[in-house]
Amino acid sequence: MDLHKTVPSIRIGAGQGFYGDTPDGALDVALHGDVKYICFDALAELTMAILQKDRMRDADGGYARDLPVFMRRLLPAARERGITLVTNGGGMNAAGAAGAVRDVARELGMQDLRVATVTGDDLTSRIDDLRARGAELSNLDTGAAIDTLRDRIVFAVAYLGAAPIVEALQRGADVVVTGRVADASLFVAPMVHELGWSFEDWDRLAAGVVLGHLMECSGQATGGNFSGDWQNIADLDRVGYPVCEMRDDGTALLSKPAGSGGRVSVDTVKEQLLYEVLDPNWYANPDVVADFTSVELRNVGPDEVAITGVRGRPRPKDLKVIAGYLDGWMGAVTIGYSWPDAADKARRAAELIERLAARDGLEPLEQVVELVGVNALHGDASTEADDVNEVVLRVAARFATEQEAARFPRIAMPLALNGPPFIGGSAGPSSPRALLGVWPALVPRELIEPGVAVDVQTGSAST
Amino acid sequence: MSRRRVQLANIAQARSGDKGDLANVALFAPTDSLYAAFKREVTTDRVRELFGRFVRGEVERYEVPNVRALNFVLHEALDGGAARSLRSDPLGKSYGSLLLRMEIEVDDGELAGVTLKP
Repeated sequence: MDLHKTVPSIRIGAGQGFYGDTPDGALDVALHGDVKYICFDALAELTMAILQKDRMRDADGGYARDLPVFMRRLLPAARERGITLVTNGGGMNAAGAAGAVRDVARELGMQDLRVATVTGDDLTSRIDDLRARGAELSNLDTGAAIDTLRDRIVFAVAYLGAAPIVEALQRGADVVVTGRVADASLFVAPMVHELGWSFEDWDRLAAGVVLGHLMECSGQATGGNFSGDWQNIADLDRVGYPVCEMRDDGTALLSKPAGSGGRVSVDTVKEQLLYEVLDPNWYANPDVVADFTSVELRNVGPDEVAITGVRGRPRPKDLKVIAGYLDGWMGAVTIGYSWPDAADKARRAAELIERLAARDGLEPLEQVVELVGVNALHGDASTEADDVNEVVLRVAARFATEQEAARFPRIAMPLALNGPPFIGGSAGPSSPRALLGVWPALVPRELIEPGVAVDVQTGSAST
Repeated sequence: MSRRRVQLANIAQARSGDKGDLANVALFAPTDSLYAAFKREVTTDRVRELFGRFVRGEVERYEVPNVRALNFVLHEALDGGAARSLRSDPLGKSYGSLLLRMEIEVDDGELAGVTLKP
């Protein structure tokens, strides 16, 4: 057996872990990662809600507003090196986002840039049709029927798999813009395209999903948010984003660009392996069910981890759906109190706020009282703080209407002069915020996949 | 063999994440013997007790031996989900460190080869 025989492989880099991430990591990957693809995950459940609010305000909005910023930074280097970019930053408006990318391409003199759009994930206007065609769309966690809040639903999307991106790549796309494609599938698509994997090759697809899952949160796999010896992780200000070399046999190496900050080790990578995972035996992606208990991680060099042994099972019959529904408005009061007795002062102020609200006829549907510096993050498990230097009181309440949520912080304003001594750090009344509940559900894939479309246009096409 | 109490923060890694109104907390042991101790000590009942009113639904535990981890799934644990939550930590990012507050009983032998974090 020839041990030096070259196994076909493909190098893919991560460019974004969330809406708001910096393009610096992606540019570093483009310049120093020796990759052929960079994949950008801009979406999370919370992000879909934010983008939907944008789209409700402006029909042309609803995509990640930093997408053109990323493209302006990345396209020159990507063009020069032949790197294809894949992003789900289309959010709730992939077509609009693709238009914005073509605008950037024209500004940069790249009229021939081929920009693909993947659509068909947006189910917002299809809910009644899907219900009529037999999809129950019941809550995946609670089993509740969707009809109980049908009129409050403001968006619904299905998680698509890698297939439409593969089609876009086959049609020569330089940039692929999608809406709600599953995070890991952004990375699986170039593996399938380059290595010629079958969509029924469960172990290889599962390996792709594992690597995609490890890379989709950018620096969180390479030293960010590391709970081990975080003090010793160097240069997180220029943390290297993950780069993988996926081989045709489904084994892979995970690393980061040479000279970048952060760390790639079994210890940093394993934390990301289980991030946002429920049953590790059954990680359901649109294209495969991956068994995360089969993953073998091994340190093979400085900042290099080998990933082998991944097993998969046939793809689920259904696709996952996330819907968002209006669930009231939040009003919040924030006031700082100083030593001595800072925590006691904050607690007293919370009682006063409750009385003032009641006298004003405000009835919160529910509320949260946090003493920031004492118990905001760990709640009941927090240790007693007898002599804390300062505490920020935060009272957040949920109301049925925007008007009540706006009134709530105002009723606390008299505490500036009429409350416990002495307040500091009060930023004045905050704006009310719409609250969106998340509704996870399943939908038969045959009701979704026929509506998935791939469109490829060059930068010279007018938008 | 003598037993002692140690806080998970001194011997373990953890990371938490969100999925709708569910949160997961993965707890990682540094050695096989401590992994066995975690399986014995870090029960769903103890996790529920530690998290208190943050978790309104059930607590499930999955074993992930390939990375010496226990993965806890906390139902109805994010105040209705990140976009609906009233809390300062709507995504439950600090739940990992919350779990590291737990103290467990271990044998000295189970601590062999482990450097306690200060």
